[in-house]
This record gives sequence, structure tokens and C-alpha cells, in this order.
Amino acid sequence: MEGAVAYESDLNLKATELRLGLPGSDEAEKEALSGVRNNKRASPDTSDECGSKGSSNGDRENAPATKAQVVGWPPIRSFRKNSFQPKKTEAEAAGMFVKVSMDGAPYLRKIDLKVYKGYPELLQALQNMFKFTIGDYSEREGYKGSEYVPTYEDKDGDWMLVGDVPWDMFMSSCKRLRIMKGSDARGLGCGA
Amino acid sequence: MSEDRNEMPEPEVDTRRREIAGVLTGEFQSPSPDQVLENVLENVLLFLTSRRDRNAVSLVCKSWYRAEALTRSDLFIGNCYAVSPRRAIERFRRVRSVVLKGKPRFADFNLMPPNWGAYFTPWVTAMATSYPWLEKVYLKRMFVTDRDLELLAQSFPAFKELVLVCCDGFGTSGLAGIASKCRQLRVLDLIEDEVADDEVDWISCFPESGTCLESLIFDCIECPINFEALERLVARSPSLRKLRLNRYVSIGQLYRLMIRAPQLTHLGSGSFSSSDIVAQGDQEPDYISAFAACRSLVCLSGFREIIPDYLPAIYPVCANLTSLNFSYANINTEQLKSVICHCHKLQIFWVLDSVCDEGLQAVAATCKELRELRVFPIDAREDSEGPVSEVGLQAISEGCRKLQSILYFCQRMTNAAVIAMSKNCSDLVVFRLCIMGRHRPDHITGEPMDEGFGAIVMNCKKLTRLAISGLLTDKAFSYIGKYGKLVRTLSVAFAGDSDMGLKYVLEGCPKLQKLEIRDSPFGDAALRSGLHHYYNMRFLWMSSCRLSRQGCEEIARAMPGLVVEVIRNENEEDKDGFEILYMYRSLERPRIDAPEFVTIL
Repeated sequence: MEGAVAYESDLNLKATELRLGLPGSDEAEKEALSGVRNNKRASPDTSDECGSKGSSNGDRENAPATKAQVVGWPPIRSFRKNSFQPKKTEAEAAGMFVKVSMDGAPYLRKIDLKVYKGYPELLQALQNMFKFTIGDYSEREGYKGSEYVPTYEDKDGDWMLVGDVPWDMFMSSCKRLRIMKGSDARGLGCGA
Repeated sequence: MSEDRNEMPEPEVDTRRREIAGVLTGEFQSPSPDQVLENVLENVLLFLTSRRDRNAVSLVCKSWYRAEALTRSDLFIGNCYAVSPRRAIERFRRVRSVVLKGKPRFADFNLMPPNWGAYFTPWVTAMATSYPWLEKVYLKRMFVTDRDLELLAQSFPAFKELVLVCCDGFGTSGLAGIASKCRQLRVLDLIEDEVADDEVDWISCFPESGTCLESLIFDCIECPINFEALERLVARSPSLRKLRLNRYVSIGQLYRLMIRAPQLTHLGSGSFSSSDIVAQGDQEPDYISAFAACRSLVCLSGFREIIPDYLPAIYPVCANLTSLNFSYANINTEQLKSVICHCHKLQIFWVLDSVCDEGLQAVAATCKELRELRVFPIDAREDSEGPVSEVGLQAISEGCRKLQSILYFCQRMTNAAVIAMSKNCSDLVVFRLCIMGRHRPDHITGEPMDEGFGAIVMNCKKLTRLAISGLLTDKAFSYIGKYGKLVRTLSVAFAGDSDMGLKYVLEGCPKLQKLEIRDSPFGDAALRSGLHHYYNMRFLWMSSCRLSRQGCEEIARAMPGLVVEVIRNENEEDKDGFEILYMYRSLERPRIDAPEFVTIL
């Protein structure tokens, strides 16, 4: 058995294989049941497609290199297994999730501030998430060069410009974020 | 409730009672002696509740069989395919409560392809017309649809208790039907079920005027609930004693519920964390006094997404707790110690191995009344870090001498610790040790774990349930066969050397009822050695062993009262190959609802 496989990979038979189908498309392999639980009922036509609910072709987990996980071992119900991720370090215990709204966007997002090490990373993430660009920050003029301005609500309920205070202070006082747009943003110094 | 009995008289029994009364006063024409005896017997049997006793009674003679059948009100069916609804209903006419169990346990671990069976529909359909006075339904590992629940809610006006354990097939729309139509409902317990999110606000469906709810358990529901409606529900349910919330209830919401229901005895605390970021200086409710007000609280669980800072809130109730479930609480040794030091009365304790051996040592030091311990792995993989080991097991064995039941997941273990437990905890009834690395030996001596498990069956004279793991040779099985005379349930995985292993067990354990084996080298010859016993068992499960189709066919031919199912993997091309043998005794012909990948021999 093993011999045949080695042979096959030397000659790269797959490349010369004759079959119906576009070149470059591969057979989807069925996976053992695992993955994120989605307990909304699947509609009848999609439920039979793949072996596993919620995991699509594009999004497969590879078995760890050390040992293939055996189905049903150890004998823990998947409900329990999926219930939480193991803590890596004490510090990462509770995430610091804040809501992010963007003027004009139909729904809000949530981000974990603890994931970011500073303002540049945070702003980049926001720009990626909402597909916009922020101007350059300066203490005197705020964000110049774009009609979007990142703001946050602090403990006292005031709306503040992101970037004025040290990162740690920002982390502990930020309750939610809002990407302001257009005329609303002028008051916070977008450098008209 | 007694009003129900008055409203719905049972003519037959009343007539009999009148006859007896008539005999005593001399007014009546005396019935035959047989009839008198039967009347008396029925009245006596009303007091008999144990089903084993009742089964014995029904074997005495036809007359006793009839009397018992008329007076049995609690129907227990351990395998829903062992008997048909029609047969059960024809024999037992006056049933008030039904227990039905469906899939075998290994189905919980994805070993059984989905849609195997265990449908509640034929049962509820039959009972709807035949058991109008049905009050309680308890289902385990059954497939229950929303329509089934709807039919149940419509058909039984006196319905009081619904308990669903490890079931699936239904969603929040089914629950809405139960909530709104079962006006006498006292108990709605959903335990480890898979409940589909139909986006129906079932909590709002309970009667507005007030409920007789005593127990509401929904911690397994993985979708948000309408909290304001829940708060109002708790406020109008004065009999509520047991409430277990799901992880969508925050600690702030928990507080609001607790102050409305200080009479609770059982509480599942939901997420035990805050939903919003609570910045410093914000006023948080006084959780400690909310707990302190619950003077009757004896059972605490939940902690689904615990923020350990909130743990001190439970200190006031610790001294009274008899049951504490931390098996979803990701806490460390110190955090556990701060709680467990108060829990002197604790009898049942479930915990994650994140507390480490040292945490278990703290348990051993304080919980002298402990009867049941379960230690679950936070990282359920074969080669993960193992925070608990033989050290924790040894400590527990020395500190908790009254232990009756243990489930222990670990990465490494020694025979010495298992032997110590066998000697220290002589009351053990359930011993389930799962060494997560397959075929792993004693990590200090390098020897198989035979001697450890051998000591358990030898020394624990009350043992009825055993689960074995680690590197095990046929010797372990010979011990089990020789000493495990009371063992009823045995779970085997990746163990044994040859057919002899299974033979020892099948020939040696007369009380064996449930045998589940996976990935062990037992073949057809071993299977044959159990022919004398299979009719006494509820089921046998063997998956990924060395059985052949012919071997299974032989069994099916030899034992017509057994249903022998061979179950293929969905991927399996070879129509003769199979992964699973599942066989069970049955009074019926083989079921017709089996899916395509199941072949009944």
C-alpha cells in the first residue's frame, strides 16, 4: 500500500490524470465531525451536503502533526468539549470586548481590545473591519486627511478622540467605539 | 394533585373497593374468593414501587400478573426497541409516568452515525390515546421532534413533568408548546440536550396568571432567552425550587432573579460573568447578600464563563452545599481552595482538571462526606498537558473515604494509586478512570494497568459500574471476570490482547447488563462465548473490534430473541464491512425505522 503511494507522488500522476472537471479543482474530502457548533436548523437542501454542520470546504482544520485525533476519544460529549477554549495564560482570561459602531453601517461589531498592543494596531484593525481609511493623527489637529474619525465613549459618558491618552489609560476607560463620519466629526478636530 | 383524581374517577378500581366494603358490611352478594384475593392484592400492590419487585410479583401466577399490570403506574423501558408501544400499552393500562431510553451511550461521542433511530413519535402517538392521565415523561437519548412535544402538550391534561436528557430533534418552538399548553406543569428539565434555535421566545409562553413550576432547567440551551420574561416568570412561580440558567444569563441578571427567588434549593448560575465591560467605580449589585439570602440552597452549578473575581459571592452558601458543579468553571488551584475550604457538607463535586492535583488535595482535606467526584479535562486531547495525575487520585482516596462514585480523566496514572483507592474507598459502586492517552502504562513502573483495575474489582465489593483505560492485557479482564460479580455496566476502549479477554468477562460476570467495547482485539470466537448470557443483557456494543459479518450472523441465527444490528460508516463503500455491532434483546420483530447504513441480521 505504502509503496504505491510513494510511486504515485514521484511520477506526479495527479498532474496527468484524465478526468472531467476544471483543472485545479480537487475532490472535497469528507471530514470527521468536529468544528464550531451551529444550532440553527439547517434547511433541508443543505443539511445533507457535507458530513459536518458548519464547516465548509474553505475552512478545514488540519489534523495536528503529532497524532491524528481519534473519533470519540477521549469520551467527552462534544457539548462539553466545545464549551470553552483552554486558558493559555492567566492574563488572557477575560477579553475586553467593546462595541464598535460606524456611522452608516447597518450593524455594530465587537472587538477585543486586549488583542491589540497599541493604537496603530487598533486603528489598522478598524480600518480593515469597516473598509475605510483614517487620516494621520496629530495632537494639535486630530485626524487629518479623511472624513472618518475614530472616537470612544469613556467612563464618564463623554465622547473622546482616540489617541489622545496613553494606550493603557485608553484601555481601562474605553466603553465603546464609534467611527464618526462627515460633519459630526468636525467638532472633534478633524482639521477642517 | 388530588383535585385531578376527583375529577377523573377510575370506575374499575372504585367498583372493586365498593365490593370489598360490601363484603365487610354484609350488604353485598359475596364475590368469589379469587376475586377477593385479587382485590386485596391490587390494593397491596399499590404500595409497591420498585420495578424489580414488581417484575418478581408478575411472575408468580397469571392472577398476580394481571393485578400487577393493573397497578403499575411507573413504566420503565430501558431500550425503546426492546418492546413496542402497543405491547407495553396493552399490558400496562394505568400508567402515569414513563421512562424511555433510546440510543446507546457511545452515541454521545459521535461513534454512531446520526439518524440511527430512537424516535419518540410512535410512543407519544400511542400514549396520546391510551394514557390520558399521563403525568410524567422522562426520556434519555431519544430523538424528539417539535410535533412530538406539541402532541404531548395537547394530549395529557394532567401532565406535570418533562425531563429530557441527551435528547435532540426539537427546538425552542417545541418548548413553546409545552410552556403554553401544559397548565399543570411542575417540572421542565432539559439536561444536556441539543436544542435548535427556532428564534421563538418560549419563556414568554408560560401562563400569565401564575405557574406551579417547581423546577426549570435549561442550562443546555445555546441561544439567548428573553430575560425580562424570565424575571416575570420567576416572580409568578412561587413554588420554584430548582432553576438552572443558560450561559446567556449574566451575573447581573442572575442577581435580579435570586432576589426574587430566595427559596431556591438548586441554582444553575448561568455565565457568572458580566455582559458589558464594568469600568472601575461602577456600582455592582451586592452579590454576596443575594447568595446569603438563599438559605435553602444546597446545589450550585453553572459558572459557564466565570470571571473568578466573582467567586467570593458564593462563600455564604458553601457551608450548606451538598452538590457543587464546577465542571464548566475554568478556575485554578487557589481559586478553588478559596471556595472548597468552606464546603464541609459536600457530597457531589464536579470539577475541571484546571484545579490541578493540589486542588484535589484541598478537596480531600475538607470534603469528608464526598460521595461522588467527577474530574473533567479542560483540554480533551490525548497529548495535552495533564494537570491531574495519580497524586490527586491518591489524595482523594485518603481523604474521602465515603466515596461511592468517581469519574476521573487524566494523562498519567499509576497502579499504586488505583490500588490505594480500592483499599481506602471500599464503598465504591462506580469506578470510571479515563487515561486519555491510548495504551498508556503505569507511568512510573511502565507496567500495564492490570493490577490497579484488578484491585478495584477485588476490593470494592459493591462495584456495579466500571470503565477501564490505559495499557491493559487479558489479565485485567481475567480479574474482572473472577471478581466482578456484581458488575452491571462495563466500558472498554483500546484494551486487551486476544479473544480471551472478552471471554473472561462474558463467562465470569453474571450480572452484566450493558457492555460497550471499542477498538479492542476481540473476534467472533469471543462473541460466541456469550451466547448463554445475551438474553440477560440490555445490550452489547462492539465497534472497531475484530468481528466478521459471518460471526455476527451466527449469533443472529442462534438467538432469535436478539436484534443484531451491524452499522456501517457513511463512508464505507464495502456493503459487507461494518464498524459497529449493536445487539439487544427484544420482544418484537426487528425495527422497520432503521436507516440505510444499518443492517439487521
